[in-house]
Amino acid sequence: MTLFGRRIPMMTSLIFWLLVWEIVGRLEVMFLIPPITSIVAAGLNLVQTASWQSASLITLRAFIYGMALAIVVGVPLGVLMGRVRVIDNIFGLWVNMFVSAPLSALVPILMILFGMGETTVVVTVFLFAVWIIVLDARAGVMQAPTSLIEMGRSYGASRWTIFTKIILLSALPEILAGIRIGLIRGVKGVVIGQILVSIIGYGELFELYSRSFDMERFWALTMLLFAAAMLLSAGVEHFEKRIEYYAGVR
Amino acid sequence: MANSALARSGSVKAASSNDAVVQVRDVCKNYGDIEALRGINLEFERGNLTTLLGPSGCGKTTLLKIIAGLVPATSGEIRVNGRAVTAPGPERAFVFQDFALMPWATVLRNIGFGLELKGVTAAERDRTARRYIEQVGLAGFEQKYPHELSGGMRQRVGIARAFAVNADVLLLDEPFSAVDEQNRRKFQEDLLRLVELEKKTFIFVTHSIEEAVYVSDRIVLLSPRPGRVSQIIDPMIDRTASPDDIRRDAVYLDVVEEIWQGLRQYAE
Ligand SMILES: Nc1ncnc2c1ncn2[C@@H]1O[C@H](COP(=O)(O)OP(=O)(O)OP(=O)(O)O)[C@@H](O)[C@H]1O
Ligand SMILES: [Mg+2]
Repeated sequence: MTLFGRRIPMMTSLIFWLLVWEIVGRLEVMFLIPPITSIVAAGLNLVQTASWQSASLITLRAFIYGMALAIVVGVPLGVLMGRVRVIDNIFGLWVNMFVSAPLSALVPILMILFGMGETTVVVTVFLFAVWIIVLDARAGVMQAPTSLIEMGRSYGASRWTIFTKIILLSALPEILAGIRIGLIRGVKGVVIGQILVSIIGYGELFELYSRSFDMERFWALTMLLFAAAMLLSAGVEHFEKRIEYYAGVR
Repeated sequence: MANSALARSGSVKAASSNDAVVQVRDVCKNYGDIEALRGINLEFERGNLTTLLGPSGCGKTTLLKIIAGLVPATSGEIRVNGRAVTAPGPERAFVFQDFALMPWATVLRNIGFGLELKGVTAAERDRTARRYIEQVGLAGFEQKYPHELSGGMRQRVGIARAFAVNADVLLLDEPFSAVDEQNRRKFQEDLLRLVELEKKTFIFVTHSIEEAVYVSDRIVLLSPRPGRVSQIIDPMIDRTASPDDIRRDAVYLDVVEEIWQGLRQYAE
């Protein structure tokens, strides 16, 4: 059981650091670091407040809209770029530039364009997530094995059939990997967007807690976000594993 | 070197056109500046297995893909059953060196894929696919995915898929090159059985002289680039003998030697 063998050290290390945190917190070295136990208590208390619940709803909504837009735009654009040379030439430079650009710097511009509200957050999520989705979909489509395409042709498949039955399915693992990374970037996008806009959702809460030095709640909220991002990623990974029969070719 | 009474070598045999299922006429192929094939003239008869043999890069795959309609010839024409063809057609089926199986589809669906593309109903293609699964010895593996199979089993799927569409002409590009030696022999014997059983025209590419002599009715030797037909050999092996006897047979060994002498000039 290698998994078991690996799991034990991971858990011990986590427990070790939580213990260190607790001790440092109790010693009251820094007001920034309250004891873990009081953070957990604050977290339990926090999730019952109406302000947290409505902030979560707003955040979740912005995230879902932004991600949906990123997937709906990103996957087809990437697929087209992988198949049509002209489209690749038109968008290639921009996609490659944006995928590694410090997008947070753009948020103030977005605020001017879209106002200090939810739209800006949705667009931020979209901008954070979409480029990697485009690039991965493009790579997946371009990697479709030539011999599979020749196989389709030799058995009389039309170009459209080859596209839908062979190329898209070959690209599916890359498309899903792109979406998974896009989801994680989208979480970043929603938090950064809200913090910069700072009057809606978690941004408002973060603003409130840091202004009133409510470190317990501040940390509790941060950890909840971390956990949510990890759960999301694990969910998509689980879905990727379910189509593990792809593993054989790659 | 060769015993010419038993193994005839010579120019292209003039076949009466009703026998020739595939005719290759003056086919030339250039890839940009590279001249891959020059002036190929060949005829392939029904029920025969012809092997294309030659040094690496001489254009064997290119010629096979031109016949398949997957690659356009620069000049010349291919006739199948008397009609000139420039694209793939249902009377030809290709077996790929790297199997070309869809990793997301089961053995059953992969084998039925040619039929699926033809619009055959699901029930019908399952029935046909199962028959060929039986024939290539994959019974029990219908619901497995390609990555769950060994290299040899994957190529059996590729071969069954080609047989399932019931094409007249089977084009096989080094189908056994990714298969280990023991399985390769088994494969060769199975192939001979299928040739016997199916009465189709087989065009086969291999690097192995022994394999060529063992399975072929006729061997076409190609020269190095630009590929030309340099020699045609009819091994005339008595296939009623057991596989092991054939491999020890004097005629078999002589033909292997003759081809080796023919190819040796290129190796030096
Ligand atoms: N798509 C292509 N573009 C350019 N050159 C090509 C292409 N395909 C093949 N060639 C060239 O044409 C020549 C013949 O190639 P081909 O693959 O037909 O040889 P082959 O006899 O099958 O070789 P091997 O025994 O190594 O499989 C080679 O020199 C190869 O480099
Ligand atoms: Mg080849």
